[in-house]
Order: sequence, then structure tokens, then C-alpha cells
Amino acid sequence: MENNLPKSAPEKIPFWRDIRVLRVLFQVIFLIGVVLLAGILYTNMLRGLRGLGLTLNLDFLNDEAGFGISEGITYEPSDTYLRAFWVGVVNTIRVSIIGVVCATILGLVVGIARLSSNWLVRNIATIYVECFRNIPLLLQILFWYTAVILQLPSVRESFTFFGGVFINQRGIYLPSPQPTSGLKIWLGCLAGGFILALILYLVRLRKLRQMEQPGFPAKWALPALLLVALLGWFLTPGKPFTFELPALKGFNFAGGTYLSPEFSALLIGLIMYTGAFIAEVVRSGIQSVAKGQQEAAKAIGLSEFQSLRLVILPQALRVIAPPLTSQYLNLTKNSSLAVAIGFPDLFNVGNTMMNQTGQSIPIFAMIMMSYLFISLTTSAYMNWYNRRINRIG
Amino acid sequence: MEERVPNQAIRPPTESKSILGWLQENLFNTWYNTLLTFLAAGFLYVVFKGMLTWIFTEANWSVIPANLQIFLVGAYPRGEIWRIWLVIYTLSVLAGLSAGIWGGLALRFALVIGGIGGGIGIILAFFPIALWNRLGLLGGVVLLVGSLFLGRGRKGLRPWILGGWLLSFPWTMIWLYGFGGLPTIFTSNWGGLLLTLILAAVGIVVSFPLGVLLALGRRSNLPTIKWMSTAYIEVVRGVPLVTILFMAQIMVPIFLPDFRIDKILRAMLGITLFSAAYMAENVRGGLQAIPRGQYEAADALGLNYPLMMLLIILPQALRSVIPAIVGQFISLFKDTSLVAVIGLLDLLGIARTVIANPDWLGLQAEVYLFAAVVYFLFSYSMSYISQKIEDTLGVG
Repeated sequence: MENNLPKSAPEKIPFWRDIRVLRVLFQVIFLIGVVLLAGILYTNMLRGLRGLGLTLNLDFLNDEAGFGISEGITYEPSDTYLRAFWVGVVNTIRVSIIGVVCATILGLVVGIARLSSNWLVRNIATIYVECFRNIPLLLQILFWYTAVILQLPSVRESFTFFGGVFINQRGIYLPSPQPTSGLKIWLGCLAGGFILALILYLVRLRKLRQMEQPGFPAKWALPALLLVALLGWFLTPGKPFTFELPALKGFNFAGGTYLSPEFSALLIGLIMYTGAFIAEVVRSGIQSVAKGQQEAAKAIGLSEFQSLRLVILPQALRVIAPPLTSQYLNLTKNSSLAVAIGFPDLFNVGNTMMNQTGQSIPIFAMIMMSYLFISLTTSAYMNWYNRRINRIG
Repeated sequence: MEERVPNQAIRPPTESKSILGWLQENLFNTWYNTLLTFLAAGFLYVVFKGMLTWIFTEANWSVIPANLQIFLVGAYPRGEIWRIWLVIYTLSVLAGLSAGIWGGLALRFALVIGGIGGGIGIILAFFPIALWNRLGLLGGVVLLVGSLFLGRGRKGLRPWILGGWLLSFPWTMIWLYGFGGLPTIFTSNWGGLLLTLILAAVGIVVSFPLGVLLALGRRSNLPTIKWMSTAYIEVVRGVPLVTILFMAQIMVPIFLPDFRIDKILRAMLGITLFSAAYMAENVRGGLQAIPRGQYEAADALGLNYPLMMLLIILPQALRSVIPAIVGQFISLFKDTSLVAVIGLLDLLGIARTVIANPDWLGLQAEVYLFAAVVYFLFSYSMSYISQKIEDTLGVG
């Protein structure tokens, strides 16, 4: 075997061909380019700001906002800009959380309906998904707002449901639960019931483990909890809640929970749009579980419900969780479309602040950081959940 | 229940079913399905009865034909509309030739486009519209079908057609904007469906190279480039498009005071920068699917980084992400409607101005439904095509 390799030290590589030098050099050039670009933009910005007579600082946040916000947590126009922004943030979070919960329920129902053996149900679900997925969300929100909610009858001719729900062009009025003095007693009962349920759950779990049988560990605990809650409700002198009904007073309804037309339109739009996407996620997740799994579950004698809970869902959830996360994030980001119909979410409030103060750069930074914070928290939670369901089973 | 299972297993498969048998199997096979069927039928009755009554008796559809031109092309001057027709015809000929030469997927694609054209034509036939426009539309479909037959079997034309597609984008822009002796139509006059389609096309075409670069940057082993790309992608994906559109409107004049960049160009910039981050993630998915051996083989051949990417990695990676890119195009097409919020007159923006017109007060539902149908037609047919691409390429 002949050796053609030179025995002496390898040829000295000139530094302009040395990969180690090149790597550093390339990065340095890249960084210089980025810094130069940023520098040009920064000087331009300073020049522009000087032209407008503005300085770049955050002092304006403590000034009086002076503009009204139609809904949200307590706020007066005499409060500071910071408080106004916070009202917007809370409104965004409120509409996002309610939207996520309702869209998940809708998506789950429709996703399962798309796999139904019932031809009519299956096709209604398909039509819903295809229609709402393929029409821009902004168009849907505008439609709900201007063509549906604002066209509802006036306050005096409201649609009434169950005597407590009123819908008219000024929004939706729902009964709201009001705590009474009996609430404490009932909550005490509830806590006792919860402890009892926990004990029952653990006992049953241990027993199932001992018997080495699959089963539903909360089979005793849930009815027990329900029973205690009902018993407590029955025994509490007076009811723990009274439902405050909205009542027509003068020209408008007073009392109860009120959803403004803007909030309702945004919420309906977000739920219907995201629900269609979630339905597709759920459907593909369930379909991704191999058919043999269901058959195997049947073969080892699991009931329909047991096979769904122990075999199908754990595997489907692994496929569902990541795209579901991105749908939740999309819903949160899409709530910024509120600006088109005047719901005071964080972007809309920020926009008003920009128009008033002219401090567009710090306010944009605040808006982007708020969205990034919400996105990162949601994805951190969903990643944790994802790891958990991937570990189990 | 226990008795039925063996019975079903023994029963021979029947080829044809009677209507009653079909009904029993699909609607009334169990007691809860029967219940569901009745509930669903009741729901359908209520919804469809209300909708159909409204559509055929109460709605005032005259607002659509009266404003059809601004819905489609916005304020594009009437005398210059022939340029749009020219562009449509060029694209139909290209689509027809591709369909004829390649067959298969391209053929389906052309048929879908022809179907959209025909569908629009049939819808328009219900409205009192100038004969001229009807003939124009018919001409497009005829050209499409004609070039389809012309192109059959001419495989030698393939490189020319590909070149034609590459040039079609600048070609479209030049004709729409104007050159030489043609009067210039400034982008502020572009509107309606035309603007919607242009924004989506620009967003995808321009963001594609940017997205590829960002994806390569994110997978680079040079730390500065990797972190910069990752930060850009994550920040842009973490904020809503509306924010970026507003930012482009407000910040571009602050950062670049020496250039006069008009509103539509700023919107295009915002859409492109936004879309590039999503494109990068799609491309990254494709890059990750390439086995390590391919990189090692390229190294062994002595290819440097650009050649390795251009010749070995990207062709394979991009092929596998075509469905994802089409999906992104669909969502971008819908997302362009957000430019209505910053005051541009795309299809949705035009719809809002028509509603605000005192001549057509109170016709929100009609106008928005029309816009919804147009968006739906495009979006749904694109997702149909994307599904076919997935089936054909065996990817996705």
C-alpha cells in the first residue's frame, strides 16, 4: 500500500483561505453592515424627530391621557397614558382568553362532526369550515359589526331570550351572578367536597393500580363533588348567588353583564374564523391515529369511551398541540383587527396615543413588546404542555 | 348490538344501494344519528330559508353592477383598462401553453383558472354588464383553451415557458405602471381586486428570496448571522400584521426622509417583510428534511457553500415545501385585506367606500357578501390546487 500523502507538515494555508479566519471575517463584515445600516437609520430618525420638534423619551407616559376609552377596567380621561395603555392590554387579554376558550369548544365540536358517520352533520361541518376559512377575517369582523350587530333592532325592540338575555344594536346584555352572604357557606361546602373528591380519586386510582385494570379514576370523585355542591346549595340559607337581570331603565338597559357591539363583533369574528382552523387541526389529529390503534383497543376489551380516553386522545393530542398553539397565537394577534371597528384593544389605544403624542417609536416598541410577551408566555405554556403529553404514555 | 356485528361481517358487499338504503346507512343508522339528522335538518331549514329569502327578495343587488368596475380595478383610468386585459391575456396564454406542454398538474391549474373565469362570467351574466367586458372575458377563456391545444406535445418550448413565467411579473408591472409613450398610472390609482392580487403576488415573489436567505441564516453555523436571523423571524412572527403595516406607514418616512415612498409601496414593504419571516420558517422546514448525507456528499465533492446550497440542498428542500408556500400564499391573499385599515383601496377598502357612499346607504350586507364571494372563489380554488400539488408531488 503506497502512501501518497506528503510526510512533511501540510502546506501552509494563506489566511485569506483559512476557514477559521474567513468565518470571523465574514461575521465582522456582516455586523459592520448591520451597524452601519442601523446608524444611518438612527441619524435619519433623529433628524426627522428634530424636524418635528420631538425628543425620544418615555416621560410622556406620565402625562394626562385626556382621551376616553369606551370599555375595560376603571379608567378616566384624566389618568396617565401608561394607565390607558394598560387598559388596552387588559382588553386584548380579555378578548383573547374568551376567544380561545370558545374557539376551542367550537373547533372541537366541528372537528369531531367532520368525522361523523352522519352524512348531513359531516357536510354542514365541512361547509362551515370551508366558508369561514377562506374569507378574510377582517371582512368577517366588519360584516358582523356593520351588517349584523348595528342592524339589530333598537333598545326598546330588543331580542329577548329566556327573559334575561337581551340583544339589540347597542350590544348584548346578559344576567350576571351577584354574590350574597350565603356565598361563604357554600364555598366552604365546596372546599369540603373538593377534599372528599380528591381522597376518593386517590383511593380509586390506587385500587385501579392494584387491580391492574384500565378505568376512569374520577368515576367516584366527580359525582361526589357534584353531590356535595348541590347539597351545599340546598342547605345554604338563601342562595349563594342571585342573578342580576338587565332591566330597561330610561333609554338603555342597566345591570347585568354588558358586551358592547364592538366587543361582540370582534369576538364572534375571531371565534368563527379560528374555530374553523381549529376544527381542521382536531380532525387531522384524530385521523392521524392509526386505525389499528382503535382496533387494538377494542381487542383488549376497552369500552368505546375508554379507548377514546386512553388510546386515541393521548396520541391525537400530541399531533394537535403544536398547531393548536399557533392557532391560539394567531387569535391573539388577530385581535388587533379591533382597530378597524373601534374596540379599544392595546393596538387601538396605542394608535390613539401615537396620534396624540407623536411618540410613534417608543409606542410601537411598547406595542410590539406586549404582543411578544403574550406570544412568548403562551408558547412557553404550550411547550410545557406539549412536553407533558409527550412524556405520558 | 352483539348480534349485529357478525351479521355485518357475513353480509356480502353490495355494489349499488337503493336511496332508502343510503339514507338508512348515512342518516338514520343509530338513534342518536337520527336525532342529529333531524336537528341538522331543522338548523339548515332555518338558516337557508332566511338566507335565500333575503338573497332573492330583500337584498338590493343593483349596487354590485353599478360599482363593478371600481370593485375590480379601483380608480384605474377607463381608457387604460386595455392594459389589464393585455396582462390577463398574456397570463392566460402562458397558463394555457404550460397546461398543454406539461399536462397533469399544470392542466388542472389551467382548468381551475378557466373555471374561475367561466364562473365569474356566469355570475356577471346575471348583471347588466357591457357586452364589451363579456367578450373580453370570453376572449381570455378562448385564449387559454386555444393555447392549451397549441402547446400539446411541444416539449421543446419548456425552457421558453419557464422564462416566460419568470418575466411575467416584471411584464405585468411594466404594463400596469406604464412605460415609454404610455401614460403612467401611479400606484395610488390601483385599487380593487387588482390591487389585492398585486399585493399578494408582490408579497410572495419578493419575500421568497428574502425568506430563503433568512432560513439559511437561521441554520448557519456563524453565530452572529444565526442569532440575527432567528431574532428577526421570531419578532416578526410574534406581532400582528396590522402593527407591521402601520409601522411601515409611519416609520418609513421617519427613517428614510430623503425618499418619497408612496403608500402602496410602503404597504408592499410591510407585507414583504412580514411574509419573509413566515417564508423563512417554511423553507427551514424543507431544509431540515434534507438528510445529512446530502451535505456530506456536497462537501466531499468539494463544493463551496453557495454552490452546495444552489445545486444540492435548495432544489430538494424547496420542492418539498411547495404546498406550504401555496398555503402561505392563500393566507397572504386573505391578509392583504388588512391594508384597508391603513386606508388603501383594495377589494375590501373599495367595499367600505361603496358602503359609505350616500347613494348606497344601508347595503352593507350585500357589498360585504359580494366581496366575501370573490375572496372565497380565489382562496378556495387555490387551496384546491394546493391539495392537488400535494397529491402529485407526494409531499406535504
